[in-house]
Amino acid sequence: METAIVIEITGLKKKFGDKEVLTGMSLLLNKGENVVVIGKSGSGKSVAIKCIAGLLTQDEGSIKVFGEEVKDMNEEQLKAMRHRIGFLFQGAALYDSMTVRENLSFPLKRILKIKDKAEIESRSIEVLQAVGLEDAIDKMPADLSGGMRKRMGLARTLILKPEIILYDEPTTGLDTITSKEISRLVLDMQERYQTSSVIITHDMPCAKITADKVMVLNEGKCQAEGTYEELENSSDPFIQSFFK
Amino acid sequence: MPSSAPFSKTLFYISDQAFFLRSFFRNLFRRGFEWDELFHQLYVIGYKSIGIVTLTGFILGIVLTLQSMPTMKEFGAESFIPGMVSVSIIREIGPVIIALICAGKIASSIGAELGSMNVTEQIDAMEVSGANPIQFLVVTRILACTIMIPLLTIFADGMALLGGFVASSMNNGTSMQLFFTKALTILDFSDVLPSIIKTVFFGFTIGFVGCFKGFAANGGTASVGTAANSAVVTASIWIIIIDGIVVQVSNSLLYS
Repeated sequence: METAIVIEITGLKKKFGDKEVLTGMSLLLNKGENVVVIGKSGSGKSVAIKCIAGLLTQDEGSIKVFGEEVKDMNEEQLKAMRHRIGFLFQGAALYDSMTVRENLSFPLKRILKIKDKAEIESRSIEVLQAVGLEDAIDKMPADLSGGMRKRMGLARTLILKPEIILYDEPTTGLDTITSKEISRLVLDMQERYQTSSVIITHDMPCAKITADKVMVLNEGKCQAEGTYEELENSSDPFIQSFFK
Repeated sequence: MPSSAPFSKTLFYISDQAFFLRSFFRNLFRRGFEWDELFHQLYVIGYKSIGIVTLTGFILGIVLTLQSMPTMKEFGAESFIPGMVSVSIIREIGPVIIALICAGKIASSIGAELGSMNVTEQIDAMEVSGANPIQFLVVTRILACTIMIPLLTIFADGMALLGGFVASSMNNGTSMQLFFTKALTILDFSDVLPSIIKTVFFGFTIGFVGCFKGFAANGGTASVGTAANSAVVTASIWIIIIDGIVVQVSNSLLYS
């Protein structure tokens, strides 16, 4: 059976001022697959997924999502594409002036145009149960712990039932136990909602739990690619430095 | 050779503002207007500013009356005080002072709020979810300022006249009916209309500058403070410039 490619990046280049952040990155994400991108801080990992979501525009190269070139999309096409992808930000990016309930209903009312309060409520409860936060529905984001905020961010991402989820450092700033919980949750969500994911991280236990494939980014381009075990046994000192 | 960097930086800054203004107008008439958020902002910007506007207007009226009293007494022109106070408050002092107060309170608050949302990626999150942050955050705030600043100014003008009456009454025993008759009969169309028109521009400027500075904040938490501060300074400067332009234009239209 032929595997469907959902994201295809080739020769991606992006610079800010004189600093070249991405120098020719390539990546392939197949349907139902989890690709983990690891690299040093400042190696352009987050920039790459922001380019995929159309939040940044690349200088050179191609990014195809569901076979469509992102930089050629007009506003409506970009909106339609974003409807099919979810983005979990590093700090969860919860709307801090809204309650958990309002955070979840925000995309439902505006993107899916759902007006029925009962349906909004049932969808909200469903995703909160999926991430284990059903008791927090009336809390403000400021009242949530770091791990709860990540779960909540994931719930808000899942509420639109995306086909692809882009995770930007999902375990950064969390203790070891919570990091593992979030990593397992990422995997659970992939199985439950049949999503494909690009996971940016430098947390190797998270990569080990979640990755079908690992890509090592160095100086803005892909240095190595393979399964977690393949890269763990690599003789390249740079790649080895992530596993030690 | 002199560097062209400051010049090109200024051009980029102006073009960024032009694009921001264009996206405001494009989203103003787009489907899916955020009525709930507009009403929330009208409440936050308008209702929550009534306290400071009442106090400022009332004290302004008292001070203006008390300051002019000795000089007017010297010329035996005390009976002109209500008229003088009302013309100066309604034509110039009321709109400008209230706009400057609101620039400090509202532009800074919008700049800090949106700046904080920007650096914590909340605006990106809104955009990537397919929602329209300009429609939700910018259009509602600019419209709320444009609607509420004129109303707050009219209210403050009323409070200033009341303050003027209190000061006048305490010093001369002027009756309320006499004070307000003298204060209001001197006013005509050419005093009130340009004044209201300029407060609409002031309101738009306060909202626009606050939102633009908030959206431009992208350098971590320090940039949130900078956005708030810069929003106040820029809005205040624009208020003075717009005031000068409106006075010049209205004088040439109404008195030429």
